[in-house]
Amino acid sequence: MAPPADRQPLLEMRYVSKTFGAIRALKDVQLTAYGGQVHVLMGENGAGKSTLMKVLAGANLPDPGGEIRIDGKPAAIVDPSSAKSAGVAIIYQELSLAPNLTVLENIYLGREARRGPMIDRRRMSSGSEILARLGATFGPNTLVADLSIAERQLVEIARAIDAKSRILVMDEPTTALSDRETRRLFQLIARLKAEGLAIIYITHRMAEVYELADCVTVLRDGRYIGSLAGEEIKPETIVQMMVGRDLSSFYKKAHSGFSAGKPMLEVSDLSDGRRVKRGTFRLHEGEVLGLAGLVGAGRTELARLIYAAGPRVAGTVKLGGRDVRHRGPREARESGLAYLTEDRKGHGLFLDMTVSENINLQVCGKDARWGGWLNLRRARQRTLNAIRSLAIRVSGPDAQVGALSGGNQQKVLLSRLLETQPKVLMLDEPTRGVDIGAKSEIYRIIDDLARAGVAILVISSELPEIVGICDRVVVMREGVTVGEVGGRSGTPITEQSIMALATGVELSQDEI
Amino acid sequence: MSGAMSPGSPAPAPIAAADDARRQKMRGVMRSFGMLPVLIVLGILIQLACIHFTGEGRFLTAQNLSIMAQQASINTVLAAGMTFVILTGGIDLSVGSILAAAAMVGMIVSKEAGLVGVPAAMLTGLLFGVINGALIAYIRLPPFIVTLGSLTAVRGFARLVGNDLTVFDPQLSFAFVGNSSLTIIPGVVSIPCLALIAFLVVVMSWLILRRTVLGTHIYAVGGNESAARLAGINVAGVLLFVYGASGLLAGVGGVMQAARLYAANGLQLGQSYELDAIAAVILGGTSFVGGVGSIWGTLIGALMIAVLGNGLILLGVSDVWQYIVKGAVIIGAVALDRYRLTGAART
Repeated sequence: MAPPADRQPLLEMRYVSKTFGAIRALKDVQLTAYGGQVHVLMGENGAGKSTLMKVLAGANLPDPGGEIRIDGKPAAIVDPSSAKSAGVAIIYQELSLAPNLTVLENIYLGREARRGPMIDRRRMSSGSEILARLGATFGPNTLVADLSIAERQLVEIARAIDAKSRILVMDEPTTALSDRETRRLFQLIARLKAEGLAIIYITHRMAEVYELADCVTVLRDGRYIGSLAGEEIKPETIVQMMVGRDLSSFYKKAHSGFSAGKPMLEVSDLSDGRRVKRGTFRLHEGEVLGLAGLVGAGRTELARLIYAAGPRVAGTVKLGGRDVRHRGPREARESGLAYLTEDRKGHGLFLDMTVSENINLQVCGKDARWGGWLNLRRARQRTLNAIRSLAIRVSGPDAQVGALSGGNQQKVLLSRLLETQPKVLMLDEPTRGVDIGAKSEIYRIIDDLARAGVAILVISSELPEIVGICDRVVVMREGVTVGEVGGRSGTPITEQSIMALATGVELSQDEI
Repeated sequence: MSGAMSPGSPAPAPIAAADDARRQKMRGVMRSFGMLPVLIVLGILIQLACIHFTGEGRFLTAQNLSIMAQQASINTVLAAGMTFVILTGGIDLSVGSILAAAAMVGMIVSKEAGLVGVPAAMLTGLLFGVINGALIAYIRLPPFIVTLGSLTAVRGFARLVGNDLTVFDPQLSFAFVGNSSLTIIPGVVSIPCLALIAFLVVVMSWLILRRTVLGTHIYAVGGNESAARLAGINVAGVLLFVYGASGLLAGVGGVMQAARLYAANGLQLGQSYELDAIAAVILGGTSFVGGVGSIWGTLIGALMIAVLGNGLILLGVSDVWQYIVKGAVIIGAVALDRYRLTGAART
């Protein structure tokens, strides 16, 4: 721990706790950030990073007892506007700009210069100066809708600077950026550092930690695990802090893997004409195949295309050796395909309905008597079985799904798919927003299914997960399946080999 | 409770969870029947006011209750259809017009072909409902706009079929629907045929919503349409069904209305009935965005509207004031309900 002890920290958060109903999201978390430094905040999904930042942004009110100090003085952050006036600005993953307005209008959104009830455009010129200083190549009167993600980030940063923010939080800002855009962002961060801002940077990527971090804080399961500074920042240390145990026992791989099975799903040259340009791979019985790639590479779109949830413009899908051309998810489901969505709440679950209704939704038609009369006894049986075999922690079959934790919701969604007894199971980010315990249980379930002969495709942005549970990995880049590691390819499955394919950069050229 | 209480074991969690489940169940029951106490209190208040102002409790008598059941019945039937629609997150503004059109067709056909008028009216309602549903399900137009259009267009159709005249038929073949009663205890308790129909409609709606695959799919589409699509549910089919059902029930309402009046008029019949039906559904605790609600709540909502209307008349409140009071009570009751629900969530 070597932050300059003589200096006053710009931001101190201490004993911050936050509970949502019965779920404790944060417990006595601390964070100390200095001006002119980049403080990287790390942790698995669900570790509490976003919650902590929402507390800082005033979006979540912390439980009493915690303390936030800015410049050594207690700061009363009770809502977003008090956070803003305390000098905190957050750049969220999903950017918060109004696409239908111009860049300048966005920079001044909510704090327009006024003359009476009218907007005074002449006094809103500082925004253009800041844009120029940040190296923007677009004009202040461009519509935000016409900008790329990287350019929109720049607008957000300009807005933060114009609002005299001194603490800038960036939540995984590079996930949607190309290499060159990432470079430019890092240069910008260096400049902001030099201007004395404290930057809190959330990321999953080790390489970025090296490049940027002056200090790293790790959270796990809503608790503060520790901070590292300078020389102490090493990948093994960070991973161990994040996971809290040896990784090798965390992932389970007891199924026999690639050697087994005849091909169940053969996809060739599949395209939707937009995000998916050429998807080609083969998935065997009893195999866990990873589908990796950067966010935006078209992995989800490819899976949805196979599931017939989007219009196919080219290519073929063979299921068990037979050419199939489903007209919609219903036909795909009936032929033995199942797709677990990455957006559990948006596209997966029915939050107002019960656990039993959710689990039985796709099979209640099959179970029904007299053409559509629900078989409630059978439904209850199925639910109880699922609760037992997937270790879903609920009060009973009639509990409302919306009140469950992320991990249990995910298991409910998974059991709904499993009830259809799929031959091919496509899992899109199966452990997103799931706590560590449920995560390892989901790995166990995947392993069990593979042993039972189900062909499984796992899409994940968490490379350790892909490396840990998959037998082979197909990598996508910009809508194209560009290569494969593991299996007969000869290349071992490592984070490096996957990233090399995903980014199209040879490892040796990478200065990291 | 089970014997999992050995010291140091993490026993409180399942117990807390069981508690949680009970609370959730209670909230569900509260949501459907939450207005029942309000309905009862409203009834008692009106009875007391009747005694106070008129000197006799004319409100809570067997005869008046029977009249009220009759008055509530048509709105209940429309509101049952509206419940299906609102559960999917939609709205049907055209039920009043469809009722008028169905009543006209029923009257005209019955003059020529007697009882055939009844299915003819129901089919008319079904037809318009299916047209609404097809436009919403397959062409994916917003329900509000489609049914706003048919509100006007079907009203025009209702006037057209009767040449914009009132159709009278003192020898109406299906008049028994509107004017006979089922006697339970002679001279004391009898149930009007209209109320019986309404109750049957409610029971059948409940069976469909809670005991069939289709019902589950209706809740699913209303709760999360994109998830329903991804789960392979025939979303378009579900939408077609709910608007078809709403139209069909409006047709039934048309039969009931015509039977009661021995007459139908394309211009006046069923004017703004859709508003009472929507009010009943909302009073019954069904969520306007879909996915949450129950048919029993709707029944209670429809009864509340009838109790208010009937009570205010008995109290001699002028027609103008009846509107104002009715509107205020609807808003107030829903506000009370919201307040109570969020209060329950906090504790």
